[in-house]
Amino acid sequence: MKKSRFIVGFFGALALITLTQCFTDKQNQGQKLYVQHCLSCHMEDGSGLRGLIPPIAKADYLQTHRDELACLIRNGADGPMVVNGIEYNKEMPGVHTLREDEITNLLNYIQTNFGNNNKRYTMTEVEEMLDICPVPHGK
Amino acid sequence: MNPRINYILKQTIVASAFICASALTYSCQSNSADQTLPILGSREPVERVVDGKTIVDTVYHQIPDFAFTDQDSQRVTQETVAGKIYVTDFFFTTCPSICPKMKSQMLRIYEAYKDNPNVVLLSHTIDPAHDTVAVLKEYADRLNVETAKWHFVTGDRDSIYDMALQYFVGVQEDDQAEGGFAHSGDFMLIDQNRHIRGHYHGTEQEDVDRLIKDMEILLKEQQHEEK
Ligand code: HEC
Repeated sequence: MKKSRFIVGFFGALALITLTQCFTDKQNQGQKLYVQHCLSCHMEDGSGLRGLIPPIAKADYLQTHRDELACLIRNGADGPMVVNGIEYNKEMPGVHTLREDEITNLLNYIQTNFGNNNKRYTMTEVEEMLDICPVPHGK
Repeated sequence: MNPRINYILKQTIVASAFICASALTYSCQSNSADQTLPILGSREPVERVVDGKTIVDTVYHQIPDFAFTDQDSQRVTQETVAGKIYVTDFFFTTCPSICPKMKSQMLRIYEAYKDNPNVVLLSHTIDPAHDTVAVLKEYADRLNVETAKWHFVTGDRDSIYDMALQYFVGVQEDDQAEGGFAHSGDFMLIDQNRHIRGHYHGTEQEDVDRLIKDMEILLKEQQHEEK
């Protein structure tokens, strides 16, 4: 009896550890992907580059265009875009190689960091958004 | 001992320790005001004879004359930087990798020295085929910087690449590199005699802090020479 309780406890703890590990990994994956693909332009603190590259930090765009961001990451963007009242117009390259789960983690990372406190995405949600991406410009 | 006197005594000790410490750091800082920066690059001894005595002068690597065109279609030459110190770099407007970082750091230098008439910033494009005057104009306008202070220059491709060599900055067309060009993110600090006085990593905040301090030293040195 005592032994089985111990075993249950042991596996319970193990499951808990794996679970939390999994969560922190997801957080880390979002951050890692940001560092790898986005930081060079949007900067460490998400501030962007004055007039040329819009900020991620406290950007209204993240909320007002929430449903378009999955496609934006995959296919990039060009043409004028207004972020926090300032117009930007420069090409952003897409990262075509990112999987749905990676895009979800990346989006959740930017929506909840850099002073942002926005709604998270589920993977199903992101998959649905990616299914109906507009055809990228000039491609 | 009267606890009140005891208290005052302790306060005095703390206060005087503080004063001593700040005096020490202050003297350290005033020492650094006398600091000088090295002259980088090759140097050659040159002998000349004055009043029958042989004097050995050292000739340092000097940036040769140049002529480029900036975002306002103005010619930018050695005359533009005459008597001034300047910071220079090599970039291109469509560069996805290190340039945004370099430009955000260069902006810090711009903000720190925009009111100082003895400082100029000079950014060369290494993609003159794409980065025409109009493209550079749009780029500079979006950064909201003044042409007289920060020249973005374009020109003959070979002249630009040759100048990069003179500044010891590595640049190269490279299909394998992101955006089609390989280049280093170096910022070079040049004095009023067109000698190279410092080399910094334009993508690293701490190194750019060092550059901003070194510019201070160089400006002081310039003032001394003028006196
Ligand atoms: C080469 C530079 C560059 C890279 C790399 C880059 N972006 Fe962008 N990003 C831009 C530019 C430029 C715009 C504005 C596009 C326009 O004007 O149409 C933009 C716009 C955005 C926007 C919408 C506006 C805003 O700031 O809220 C988001 C969100 C965004 N990028 C996220 C990312 C993410 C996430 C990554 C990494 C996968 C990334 N970007 C990588 C340059 C870049």
